[in-house]
Amino acid sequence: MNFEVATPEIVLAVAALVILVVGVVQKRDTSLLCTMAALAACAVTAVLVIRTPSETGYNNLFISDAFSQFSKLLILGGAALTAILALDYNHKQGIARFEFPVLMLLSSVGMMVMASANNLMTLYMGLELQSLAIYVLAAFARDDIRSSEAGLKYFVLSALASGLLLYGISLTYGFSGAMDFGHIARAVTDPDVHQAAGVSTGLTVGIAFIIAGLAFKLSAVPFHMWTPDVYEGAPTPVTAFMSTAPKVAPFVVLLRVMFGPFGHVAIQWQPIIILVAIASMLLGSFAAIAQTNIKRLMAYSSIGHMGYALIGLAAGTETGVRGVLLYLLTYVVMSAGVFACIIAMRRRGLAIEKISDLGGLARNDLTLAVLMAIFMLSMAGVPPFAGFFGKFFVFEAAVNANMWTLAIIGVLTSVVALFYYLRVIKVMFFDPAEAAFDSRPGSLSFVALATGAFTTIFLVFLAPFLGAASQAAKALFG
Amino acid sequence: MENLNAAGFPVLSLITFLPLAGVVFLMTLRGDDHAVARNVRWTALWASLITLLISLVLWVRFDLREPGYQFVESVNWLPDYGLGYRMGVDGISVLFVLLSTLLTPICILASWDTIKDRVREYMAAFLILETMMVGMFSATDFLLFYIFFEGVLIPMYLIIGIWGGPRRVYASLKFFLYTFAGSVLMLLALLAMWHQAGSTDITVLLHTPFSARMQFWLFLAFFASFAVKVPMWPVHTWLPDAHVEAPTAGSVILAGVLLKMGGYGFLRFAIPMLPLASAHFAPLMFALGVIAVIYTSLVALAQEDMKKLIAYSSVAHMGVVVIGIFTFNIQGIDGALFQMISHGIVSAALFLCVGVIYDRMHTREIARYGGLGDRMPAYAFVFMLFTMASIGLPGTSGFVGELLVLVGAFQVNFWLALLGSFGMVLGAAYMLYLYRRIIFGQITRPDLKSILDLTPREMAIFAPLAILTLWLGIYPSSVTNFFAASVSAMVDNHAQAMNVAAHAIKLAGAAP
Repeated sequence: MNFEVATPEIVLAVAALVILVVGVVQKRDTSLLCTMAALAACAVTAVLVIRTPSETGYNNLFISDAFSQFSKLLILGGAALTAILALDYNHKQGIARFEFPVLMLLSSVGMMVMASANNLMTLYMGLELQSLAIYVLAAFARDDIRSSEAGLKYFVLSALASGLLLYGISLTYGFSGAMDFGHIARAVTDPDVHQAAGVSTGLTVGIAFIIAGLAFKLSAVPFHMWTPDVYEGAPTPVTAFMSTAPKVAPFVVLLRVMFGPFGHVAIQWQPIIILVAIASMLLGSFAAIAQTNIKRLMAYSSIGHMGYALIGLAAGTETGVRGVLLYLLTYVVMSAGVFACIIAMRRRGLAIEKISDLGGLARNDLTLAVLMAIFMLSMAGVPPFAGFFGKFFVFEAAVNANMWTLAIIGVLTSVVALFYYLRVIKVMFFDPAEAAFDSRPGSLSFVALATGAFTTIFLVFLAPFLGAASQAAKALFG
Repeated sequence: MENLNAAGFPVLSLITFLPLAGVVFLMTLRGDDHAVARNVRWTALWASLITLLISLVLWVRFDLREPGYQFVESVNWLPDYGLGYRMGVDGISVLFVLLSTLLTPICILASWDTIKDRVREYMAAFLILETMMVGMFSATDFLLFYIFFEGVLIPMYLIIGIWGGPRRVYASLKFFLYTFAGSVLMLLALLAMWHQAGSTDITVLLHTPFSARMQFWLFLAFFASFAVKVPMWPVHTWLPDAHVEAPTAGSVILAGVLLKMGGYGFLRFAIPMLPLASAHFAPLMFALGVIAVIYTSLVALAQEDMKKLIAYSSVAHMGVVVIGIFTFNIQGIDGALFQMISHGIVSAALFLCVGVIYDRMHTREIARYGGLGDRMPAYAFVFMLFTMASIGLPGTSGFVGELLVLVGAFQVNFWLALLGSFGMVLGAAYMLYLYRRIIFGQITRPDLKSILDLTPREMAIFAPLAILTLWLGIYPSSVTNFFAASVSAMVDNHAQAMNVAAHAIKLAGAAP
């Protein structure tokens, strides 16, 4: 037994409980205090993540390596950024309660467990902890009918997806006789265990169900239906949260499962991933064109982004994993930035979310408009912004793996996607000015400026990030 | 900095990023709107003028005998992946850098009084555009080139979309999407070449052999990107829209520099890196070039809008450039380069000429004018000079480029040269027709009776362009000397590559 491996998770879970106790005991409004404490907990955990040795623990249930470290830092970063976003919004919407940061931390614990899962059971536990916290968060504005609807919708569909995943896990267990990733990998390749003719059908079905369950959390097509409604209905900081860290965790789990236990049967899952990637890219670009609500637009955009990131997985190579990790990094930062801008959309105290509300923003608030434009161009993959490099490195993987169809569909859908991103810029810069927004709180400006600066000068500091992603990818392939 | 260059300081990086420093400074200016606008104009002008002055170092210190890159800078960016920050200019790119640094201050001066709204953003967009243009022509790393190549679109999109005409939204969107769609395919070519060569250094790529089959696909990808940029028929339709809607200075930079990116791309990538595919596709390129020359000239003849007419004439002139590039001989490529430089100056000046009367009358409809020669003699003179240069009258810069291209084309095919020369005939037709309708005749419109001649500011804008037009026409070797060494090296390499390929085919045929 090696408890050290899970120190970051233990510390973060304990911190969440302590904050919960403080919040309950204190009678006055402690949401600010609790958020600050949560941020501090994230920072401490991040340091611990870096210091955790690379080894397995708890009877091989849990693994810490460069790959999980990279993922966890990304998860913590996404959670911290969105926690800051929530500060002002929750206050103004009258939903400032100390449970918010606590739930976010608990969800992060779940995601970190997922990133470190070395066993299908660990994976499932992490996933459920993550999801349960998000169900509550989605319905956090409990007096708002749309938020409640979003919470319920997410709960029902997500529970279904968890069921699919669990079914896949049980099939895998049944046909390989193991839960542990290492054992499954051995069982899959061992000719004594499975038939010499190839992989048993049962295992293939199991893999398909596991992919389905995780693809739901990723909101990849055809399991994307919940995304626009939930994104639109949930309180905006929760939407921001859902589009950052909770996209990273299922993705890294998908990477670990596909390349770990099922690495030798790539031929079984690659076609599924390719189809899902193509469908996501197509839907993400075409369906977004008709949207008028900026949150729904971002929902379709995130579907498309998951399609691009899946290209790296479909390539089935270390280069591909590196590309995915870099893509997720840029995506998390851009998303946090976009939502900072969206939360800043507020007129006479009311939050607004129609794209047309951004009309003429460049005249009223040039800084915000320029930042939003940077995020839009970055999401579209226009250089020199960060998003371009994310796309660059996943397309690299596709080209190196000779997957030309995937690469060509990818670049062409990015042109279609550019259309709707440009439309947002058009509304902000070319259209006549609407009434000005309320003045921006410092917390939003901070997040927007920080992520905007990161997105713009990412190319200068590409080397260390690319190095870290390479290390992580190498760790995954052992 | 690994290599210090001839100038002793990183001159290319300096002229690339100095305008960006100007932007940062612009953003910090505070005060009431009027004062900010004034300070912003002066800051932008000084930033671009200083850039122009520094860029003259290239003109003075450029070694005319050296065919390779000069003023080289190299910083390891991602050494493990063969990606680097590499800058340098050779004979092919150095003049484009100078063209960009020359036209930017002219554009800023040309917008001095006409842009009253959102001056800060406008000037910032032009300075960012300058950074991107200069960076693109000086990049000697494919990825760096691509970043600048795409980066150009962002400020241009804003310039057309914010300060453009009534259909600016449509035009700006079309401009961005057309060019982006072409470029993403080039991105795939970039990735494939990077994978093969292990580096995106252009010098390394030049010495990496690509199989004939791969060259075929790579060429198509490059074609998708550069043909849109040139623009070649039939993907030229974004250009008239963009020109008509763009503000005057936007049209100037679009015609002056942005259209050269396509031809430059062909010369920098397609011809030297993909010799077999280039030769294979040359007939198709000739055909498209000839169609562009004849068809768009005829279209120009029928235009009622001045800017649209000049836009179509640009497409025709660029058709000549494409023909010149794909002749693969020294005269043809020299002519193409000369034509690009000359067109960069002349078409920029013509758009400025349109801008002069547009600022006064707020219409570009040709029929609204007539008899301007009475009221605006100086304008009539300037316009006449650039009309003649556009037609290709001997003694102006337009003549030299067309002549060289036709000489080059003649060596390839008589009919090609003959059809290409129709461009000059038709060019004379539409330009003289335009000139007659605007300048000659009697003033019939009452509002034209009080129109004023060129202001000193406008004269200051036209003066350098007029001098350059005549200078290039009378003393062309001062420019051709710059690219002679690089072009002859390129032509030799191409001939050698073709010989090797022919030899290989012969060997394969001789083998039992």
